[in-house]
Parts: sequence; C-alpha cells; structure tokens
Amino acid sequence: MLHKDFIRVLYIDLTNEEYRFEERRDLFKYLGGTGVAAKLLEENIKPELDPLDPAQPIIFANGPLSFVMPVCTKVVATFYSPHTREYGESHAGGRLAMAMRFNNIDAIVITGRAKHPEYLVIDDKVLFKDARAMWGLSVEDTGKILRQHTSGSGIRSSMRIGRSGENLVSYAGVNVDTYRHFGRLGLGAVFGSKLLKGIVIIGDEPVKIPKENMKKYREVYDSIYDTVTKTDVMEKYHAVGTSINVLPLNEMNSLPSLNLQTTRYEHAENISGERFAKEVLVRKVACSGCQIGCIHIGQFRREFDDGYEYETVNVSYDHELVFALGSFVGLKNPEEVLQLIDVVEREGLDAISTGVALGWATEAYKRGIITIDDTLMPFEFGVLQNYMAAVHYIATGKNEFYKSLGKGVDFASKKYGGQDFACHLGGNEMPGYHTGYGSIVGFSVGSRHSHLDNAGYSIDQARTKEEDIVKKIFEEELERNILTSLVICLFARKVYNRDTIIKALDAVGITLTNSELTEIAKEILRTKYRIKEKLGYSLDQIKIPKRFFKTITLNGKLDEEKANNMVKEYKAMIDELMK
Amino acid sequence: MPKVLRVVDRRRCIGCLSCRQACARLRGDYSPSNAALDVKTAGGMSGEFIITICMSCEDPACMEACKFGALTKRNGGGVVFHKDKCTKCGACARACSVSAIRMDKEGYPIICTHCGYCTRYCPHRCIATKEV
Ligand code: SF4
Ligand code: SF4
Ligand code: SF4
Ligand code: SF4
Repeated sequence: MLHKDFIRVLYIDLTNEEYRFEERRDLFKYLGGTGVAAKLLEENIKPELDPLDPAQPIIFANGPLSFVMPVCTKVVATFYSPHTREYGESHAGGRLAMAMRFNNIDAIVITGRAKHPEYLVIDDKVLFKDARAMWGLSVEDTGKILRQHTSGSGIRSSMRIGRSGENLVSYAGVNVDTYRHFGRLGLGAVFGSKLLKGIVIIGDEPVKIPKENMKKYREVYDSIYDTVTKTDVMEKYHAVGTSINVLPLNEMNSLPSLNLQTTRYEHAENISGERFAKEVLVRKVACSGCQIGCIHIGQFRREFDDGYEYETVNVSYDHELVFALGSFVGLKNPEEVLQLIDVVEREGLDAISTGVALGWATEAYKRGIITIDDTLMPFEFGVLQNYMAAVHYIATGKNEFYKSLGKGVDFASKKYGGQDFACHLGGNEMPGYHTGYGSIVGFSVGSRHSHLDNAGYSIDQARTKEEDIVKKIFEEELERNILTSLVICLFARKVYNRDTIIKALDAVGITLTNSELTEIAKEILRTKYRIKEKLGYSLDQIKIPKRFFKTITLNGKLDEEKANNMVKEYKAMIDELMK
Repeated sequence: MPKVLRVVDRRRCIGCLSCRQACARLRGDYSPSNAALDVKTAGGMSGEFIITICMSCEDPACMEACKFGALTKRNGGGVVFHKDKCTKCGACARACSVSAIRMDKEGYPIICTHCGYCTRYCPHRCIATKEV
C-alpha cells in the first residue's frame, strides 16, 4: 500500500455476515494486483472442494500505483475457475481500483455464502444488504438500483452480476461500472454460488501525499502523464479504439470468423472500427485515472414493443466484442453487433466465450451433431434474432443442451461431439486473433488462457522466428506479472518500461531494483503454477483442437506437431522455473 | 489580468478524473474527493459527464452566506478563503446554487482559487482558464 509496508486486506465472511481487516507485512513483497491476489488465492483455495463450494474464496487486489500514477487503473480478481476448473484470474478497470484505494483497501477476500441474495456496500463499514428483490434482474437494472441506494457518485464503484451468474453459467462475468468487466473464466458464477448479487465500494477517504515525496511524485507523475498523452497510445486507443484492428487482422488472414472456418471475413469492412465510428459511436469514456479513454460507446434503438415503441441503448464495444459477437457468428453490420452485445451484457455473460459458444453451436447444428430438439430453433451464421434468443437460453439454462453450452465449448463438444471445431485453448474460448504459433501456443500456455497473458498474437505480428517464439512468450508472461501487479492497464505497457516502473515506485516510497523486480515476477508465476498443480492441472493436458491447424493464419497453416513441441518447450521452461 | 476557470466543452470529457486528481495533488492529497472541482455522471457511467466548477460569481452567494468573514471577494470573480476565520459551519456550501463547494474530511470547505493547475492535466481540453 501507498507509503506503508503492508497490504491491508479486508476479509468478508458472507455466511456469518462478519468482516475484519488484517495488515499483512508478509504480502508486501508481492506488490499488489496479480501478485497479492495469487498469493491470497493460494492461501485460501480449497482444492478438494468444488469451484462453486461456499468455502471457495473470491479475491480482489489493486496495486501500489493504483490511481496515483497515470493509467494504473485495474483490479485483479482471482478465484477457482468453474470454467476451466483451474487457476482463475480476471482483470477489470472502471472506478474499482480508485474506490479501493480511497477506502484504504488493498485486497479483499470474500468467502462463505449469504443466507439469501445479498449485496455488499463497503463504505466506513461493510454492510450486508438484502438483494432478494434484485435476484433475476439484468446487469443494467441492478446497476440502477445500486446507484439509487448508495452515496458517493463519481468516486464509487459498482459491481454486479446478471442472470447468467445467478444460474452458475461457467463463463458468467461480473460487470464493473457498466462498461468494464471481470469477463473471463466465470467470476460471475462464483458470485452467484455465494448468492452475492453485487458490491458497491465508496472511495472518499483522503490519502495524504508525504511532504518529502511531493516534489518527486509530481515530477514522475508529470513525465508519465506527458508520455501517455503525447505518444501514439492516445491516437491508437482513443481515436477509433481497439476495433481499428479488425481490418488489418482480416487483411493478414487472422480474424477468426464463422467459427474459425476462415480468417478472412467477407463482411469485415462492414464491421470495421472505422464503420462503427462513423455509424454508431456516440461517446468515449475512461477508467478513473486514465487519460487515454479507450472505452467506445455505440448507440442503437431498441424496439421494446410493437407500435413503434423504442428506447435508445448505449453499449460499449471493442475489438474482442466485434470479433466474438460479430465475425465469429457472421453478423454483418454495427447495429446488429451492438444488439447482440446488449443482450450478452444484460445477462452478464463473458462476451468472448458466448460468441465462440454460439459459433460452435451453429456449426454443430449444420453438421447435424445437434438438432432442433436441442437448440429449439435453427441456427444460422448471421441470423441475429435466434442468437439473441439463444443468449437468454444460455443464461437461464433453458434445457439440457443450453445448460451444457453454458459450460463452454470444451464441455459441450465432449458431450455432443464436434471437438475438432470447438475453438477453445486450455478450456477457455479463443480470443480474436489467429495469427500463428504465437497466438495458439500463447493462449494455450498462458496462465489464464487469455490473450493478455503473453500477447502471443503480437509476437506473431512481429514476424518472430519460429525458434524464438516460445522464449518470447515466456519472457512476456513473466514481465506482465509486474505490470499486472502494479496494476497498470496493459494499453500503457509501452509507457511503463522497467526504468519508469522503478521511478514510479520510488516516488511512492517503494525502492526496488531491476533484478529484484525480476525475482518478484518469477515468484508470482511460481505461485500461479503451485496453485495449478494443487488443482491437478498440467501443461501436458493441453490439446489444441484440429480447427486451429486447418484454418490459415498470418504465418500460413500451422503444423500440429510443431505447436505441441512448443507447448513442451514452454513446459520445460516452467519446470526449470519451479526448481 | 486576473484569470478564472471555465468549462470549455464538457462533451469531450472522458471522466478520467485527472483534473480532480491534479487539484487534490495541489492540496497535498492523492484523493479526488479532496478537489475543488467535480466530475460526475448523471445516472451512472452511461449518462453524460457533468463538470462542476466554481463559476467565479461577481456577487457570490457563498460569501453572502458566510457570517464569519472567512470568504472575501476575489479580483476577477469568486472568493478568497481565510481558513483562520472559518468555523466549518457549511453555510457556504449550502448557499452555492451550482453546488461547487464540497467540504473536506476535516470539515473545511474546498474553495477554488482559479489557479488553473487542473487545466494542465485535462487530456481533452474540456477546461481552461480565461482572462477576465
Ligand atoms: S486505456 Fe481503456 S481500459 Fe485502459 S485504463 Fe484507459 S480507459 Fe481503462
Ligand atoms: S464553512 Fe467556513 S467559509 Fe463556509 S460559510 Fe462557514 S465559516 Fe464561512
Ligand atoms: S483552478 Fe486550481 S483550485 Fe480551482 S479546481 Fe483547478 S486546480 Fe483546483
Ligand atoms: S481531466 Fe478533462 S476529461 Fe478528465 S475528467 Fe477532468 S474534465 Fe473530464
């Protein structure tokens, strides 16, 4: 924590409606974010119990630079993932990191199960509030109620789940401040299993800047601020936003489309970032403490009844959403994509997993692996209405089939068939890049099977030599443990090189050398692998579905054996690290 | 020429809070709650941003409300705060019709000095100082 030598952990027990604080000096060396959250998970996880057992913990951690340095905006959540049934970690921005900071909380550990649906308000005290009337409500409606019933507008953060979380869909997410999410790996289901509908944190406490640090702090803040606002990150992420990637990726045969049957999408032009900007973009917003403002909000009219009854709806979009709920399921224009995003948002599902699940189901239906008795309606790429209905069915577990689809494509394809074209890596649905060995191996071995673990896709785009790819993946995975411990938004990763990180930490009273940081990164990665091991996970289990080798990438068609050898090579590096 | 703080274009605001952070920093605090200006949304993040600043009134209601002489007229508009005279009664905050005054945790009002420091940290040129 800022100018102190401990991590202040808030422990909340939902079963007994009790809470306490602990000042943990021993956690200080894990910095914050992913480091502290992984360590706290290791301490509190119950490997012998189900991921959704009440005894399992939910952990949140911000970092020593949260809000006080530019673009240090994220909070890391760790949990036992009900989706992959191994290490679960997810990141979200919004106002959460700031609200925790100015409530003097560095980490939160939540265990137990409420006696009935509840939400938490964390202000001067922790209040356990009745949420029975909100159970079954959408993310959007829940957000409105939470806002109405709490103070601190502008400096509070509000998390909530939708119906999918209540119904334990294994890729249900947690919405944070409307436009950000703990999307991946099923934190929403863990909330649901605890009957926890939401959490509001109010951050209105002052935190004094020590006089002796003032000069240094201002200097370092100013220099980082200048780099952020004067370099091309602003242009790249603020102007068109990450969906600027849609067209170039398509040009490079890397945009996963139609359940990864192709990486060149014939309607790419129509769902490009530029097209979104021209047709539906209405606003851009930022996480608290971020000058970039990458969050792009599009608007459409929702017809809620016959007789020309319309309302305007705002939803945020970015590259991952445009791929998963656009090219992957064959939608053809921004308006359609926004409509599908909207239902996914209201139900509180992870957008990537949902899109990939719909893509798989469509192909499985076409091939006759599943029938209309399962799906209750025909599935066809590009047909929006049925997809919208299917999202509701997944969220509510309409029948046996939708319950299975709500456990992800790995699970569903094991049950129904079609494993070859179930586009997951390590049990997590694929993100929006099919660029080469870097992407498929990177997602497979990444500690949370996310494109943000090690950015294998950018290693591919840099046209790295094949023999160097695994080494690069490993190095990037290690380095990101530092960034995500502090917790810096990865869009500012180029701004925060080691030099800058050391200076920024020094300005808030933490002195660390380059080699000490490297050691910390290693210890954090080791912690994650210790947890994985406890949960029975091994990199030996990785099996990359055939489809990834059939469809062309930027680096041509990929060879299965080569990819498997790369996974082995990575495993050897991890084994070495664990010694 | 005296200067005053003005909102130039709130439509460009992304809600980053850099301005609030800057003002708080000037006051020796990290917390945006400790700033003389406020950025909020009307109805959660999906609403528009509202930037609330001191309007540098010619005839300030806050000053009128202060019965202890802790607020005096500022050249160019707005008020000057004299902490030694302040009794933390909060009458100034209640009197301001745009709610530009908030109280800090010690109970003192946070009064904008129109110094313009915050404007240097707005990445989207929403606020600026103007000579009057
Ligand atoms: S770049 Fe985007 S996600 Fe990152 S901190 Fe800024 S607004 Fe949030
Ligand atoms: S709080 Fe202080 S400045 Fe405001 S009216 Fe009372 S005495 Fe005057
Ligand atoms: S002009 Fe100065 S005092 Fe007023 S809000 Fe800006 S930084 Fe604060
Ligand atoms: S710095 Fe500018 S963009 Fe950011 S919140 Fe303040 S007024 Fe809005």
